[in-house]
Amino acid sequence: MNYRQIFTDGLWWNNPGLVQLLGICPLLAVSNTLINGLGLGIATIAVLCGTNGLVSLMKSWIPHEIRLPAFVLIIASFVTIVELLSKAYFYQLYLSLGIFIPLIVTNCTILARAESFASRMPVLPSIADGLANGIGFALLLTVLGAMREVIGQGSLFAGAGMLFGTLGDAMKLSIGPDGSGLLLAVLPPGAFFGLAILIAIRNHLAREPDPERARQPVQ
Amino acid sequence: MTGPPAPPGNRWLPVISLTLLAAAAAALITATQERTQQRIADNEAAEMMKGLAAVLPDGDYDNQPYRDRIMVVDAELLGSNDPQPVYRVRKSGRPVAAVIAVTARNGYVGPIRLLVGISASGTVTGVRVVTHRETPGLGDRIEAKKSNWLSIFAGHSATRPDYDQWLVKRDGGDFDQMTGATVTSRSVVSAVRDAVRYFQEHRDTIFE
Repeated sequence: MNYRQIFTDGLWWNNPGLVQLLGICPLLAVSNTLINGLGLGIATIAVLCGTNGLVSLMKSWIPHEIRLPAFVLIIASFVTIVELLSKAYFYQLYLSLGIFIPLIVTNCTILARAESFASRMPVLPSIADGLANGIGFALLLTVLGAMREVIGQGSLFAGAGMLFGTLGDAMKLSIGPDGSGLLLAVLPPGAFFGLAILIAIRNHLAREPDPERARQPVQ
Repeated sequence: MTGPPAPPGNRWLPVISLTLLAAAAAALITATQERTQQRIADNEAAEMMKGLAAVLPDGDYDNQPYRDRIMVVDAELLGSNDPQPVYRVRKSGRPVAAVIAVTARNGYVGPIRLLVGISASGTVTGVRVVTHRETPGLGDRIEAKKSNWLSIFAGHSATRPDYDQWLVKRDGGDFDQMTGATVTSRSVVSAVRDAVRYFQEHRDTIFE
């Protein structure tokens, strides 16, 4: 498995959100604005790289029968420690991304990558796989967030101050007056519609199966 | 690849490894927690101070209100059965204002937690939302960064307007409601009114 394939898999052919439909719970809940989506996306990338690397490092010490509880334990401990450290040393970052950290624990993409990739592969490819899947998930969240925000609130980059400080507050673009827009898009049903549209577009674009991929079983 | 299935003689191996792993994880988390505790407490206090400063007039006090705190219970006026913090703001030891944490129970989606700053004379100095779950785009305009609706309370007190005028205009009162979010506005107006009333009734015990 080469790095190029790891990245095309994570971003397109096997995108955790669009193709595997994993991590839908945090994805639907937090994608109501572009900035929220981007925030959860960045936090997910960081955690996924860390847990994949750790699981890969420890794989030979973990008996096969207990690998799932062991992975859950590793992931939960890692997330807890990251949360504590960011609270202590990167407090402003914690204030913007911290609310997303508990949501990451509910993201089954993390366990799926640990089980299907990191537990079988060396450390560096595992970290690359975490990065690729994290970016794939983050891109989906950001696009879905942007769609819902534009349609639902008529704005873009609302709340950017949360991630980028005062610089971010100036980034907000308003399309039409405040409070205009189709409220449905921001409410939970809008998340399902938005995700369905994105999946449909992806399936349409990917409908000619890659001849190389067609011969391989889905992981 | 994870290890092969344990041979029969080793059937305790999984139990032992999982126990060891759990113990190591617990030790690591405890160590991290102990080393970061103090910094986290300092960071939270500084952030809390910023929140309190937002509902108080600039620089008119010299104590640290988040340390000068009492806990009070008043389910009817403060909206919660649990003890709620009241932060006391002083200058040279004399009362300047108090910040009362109050819960608006009847928000559109759920309870709305507010901080209400009230000067020693009983006038509202500022109101901020701490947590809420109101509808994005409608009720969430109670957040100071989304609209300045909450500023309508500054300068009002228990007698200005009269108690029965502490209502949104749609209900015949004195306060503008946010368009499309009357329920949210209504619950915030009555919560601020109750905070002001609580302060008026308990002023002396608060600053004891």
